Amino acid sequence: MAKRATREAFGETLVELANEGVNVCAVDADLAGSTTTNKLQKAYPDRFVDVGIAEQDMIGVASGLALTGLIPFTASFAVFGVGRCYDQIRNTVCDSNLNVKVCPTHAGITVGEDGATHEMLEDIGMMRALPNMRVLVPADYRAAKAAIRIAATTPGPVYVRMGRHKVPEVYDEYFVGGLPYAGVLREGTDVTILACGVEVAQSLAAADILAKSGISAEVIDVFSVKPLAEDVILASAEKTGRVVTVEEHMVSTGMGSAVAALLAEKRPTPMRFVGMGSFGTSAPGDVLLEHFGLDGAGIARQVEEFVRA
Amino acid sequence: MSITKTTHEARLIANSMRHDIITMVSKAKSGHPGGSLSCTDILATLFFTGVMSYDENDPSSPERDLLIISKGHAAPALYAAFHQLGWVRDDELGTLRQLGTRLQGHPDRNALPGVEVCSGSLGQGLSIAAGAALGFLADAPEGVRPRHVFCVCGDGEMQEGSNWEALMFAPNHGLSNLTMFLDLNNLQIDGDVRKVNSLGDVDAKLAAFGWHVIHTDGHDIERLHAAVEDALAFSAAPTAIVCDTVKGKGVSFMENEAGWHGKAPNEEETALALADLDAERVQIEKEA
Repeated sequence: MAKRATREAFGETLVELANEGVNVCAVDADLAGSTTTNKLQKAYPDRFVDVGIAEQDMIGVASGLALTGLIPFTASFAVFGVGRCYDQIRNTVCDSNLNVKVCPTHAGITVGEDGATHEMLEDIGMMRALPNMRVLVPADYRAAKAAIRIAATTPGPVYVRMGRHKVPEVYDEYFVGGLPYAGVLREGTDVTILACGVEVAQSLAAADILAKSGISAEVIDVFSVKPLAEDVILASAEKTGRVVTVEEHMVSTGMGSAVAALLAEKRPTPMRFVGMGSFGTSAPGDVLLEHFGLDGAGIARQVEEFVRA
Repeated sequence: MSITKTTHEARLIANSMRHDIITMVSKAKSGHPGGSLSCTDILATLFFTGVMSYDENDPSSPERDLLIISKGHAAPALYAAFHQLGWVRDDELGTLRQLGTRLQGHPDRNALPGVEVCSGSLGQGLSIAAGAALGFLADAPEGVRPRHVFCVCGDGEMQEGSNWEALMFAPNHGLSNLTMFLDLNNLQIDGDVRKVNSLGDVDAKLAAFGWHVIHTDGHDIERLHAAVEDALAFSAAPTAIVCDTVKGKGVSFMENEAGWHGKAPNEEETALALADLDAERVQIEKEA
């Protein structure tokens, strides 16, 4: 199956929504080609604003546009479109509960060659901590399309984390997701692997490897990190009795820590956290996944250690 | 429709607003009197001299102009204007900053109708105002006055780099329906703005960024009114009305004292402050 990056769904879905009469617009900060909002710019020039290299202004302008009744999507790379303008997202978008969608691309270590400064690893934590903000981490191109549609039709702030890394397709065109949504992609009995974003396909590969070692892994796509689909996660934890979370994000504040909080309160379950604990580095995305133990083989190795311990 | 008073009447309203500001902050035992008193005449001009379009019976009326208070710590000045309009009740003035109040320490749109956006983290209002102006400009049918957006910024706040992003953005998009007030009271928490981190020749800087710049006395309601009329008529660029103001204006012992940025007067000081304002009121009435 063709590999596509989640970002490829962004501009394209905005154009579809505009075609359907949804009042969306995009505010970018000099990265319209990379984020793909230039597709909306081409189709609907009056629905697109480029503020230049000014991410704080990007969030402010989007907030003002939301006050006029539009549904603005902000773009940029995650490291800039969240980190540079966190205060605007917190104090203007979330405190005011404005209808602004913060949707950066190029999240995680799979940004690759650009190296540590460009590899955003803390955004899920920053965004899930904010009242009123919802957090979606699509696993593939189809899931990203669904996430953008959910963002457009859900009043209030929504965060969608997208990447530049081409990932195998997990879903078919009928995937609609939800808020909350977690999908069991592969059933298993020995251990539950909860993954999001790029790591969903890698975790499915890990499950294949684990099967050869006689370990039956259940793989669940945590499409919405906030809110969590608690029933799906709790049911699987109940079934397997072991949970491993996998994400290209800091384990200290990411999806895994959100799951840990849920399980600690509602069904204490032994856990292992697979993710990042340091800044990234330069290399092609696939090489980095392997280097940091976030590819199928690396995940399988860590899951097996955990299950056999 | 919006309220149109004579300059003389608006001056009396501004005096009442200052009375409210002192009363609210004193009762709360915390808050920001200095910067509220410095922008009181700007707000009085907007609300009570017929230049800003709004519905006095409905703070959320659909076709209203927007007012963004970027210097959110001046919330008491905004609440004082709302009190004059009846949007804040008499019995609410004493609730400023207390549990359950609509009068939050900094303006909160979730709490109080009429507040357009939460503000208080400095340097954010101008970008929001610019985004709203852009939306309104694009929406306005040919020949119809687009909804206008007013934004009140503090001078200390201009040290935030984000403001300069917005200052570049607005003229680049020809946002003639955007007017910013720069409340130039020359004081910030740590002292004189010109010593802490000077704005330099801010008129020249704003003009160089492409703004239509008007410099005026920020306590002269007649001149402020004329400046806004000028801004509303100017169709080539956004307007910056740079207002010479006095921090703590109207209360003798607060005027030009940085210490009154974020401190409430005690009982004795409150009596002195209100006496100053009462004396000013008598003076204004005499000038009728």
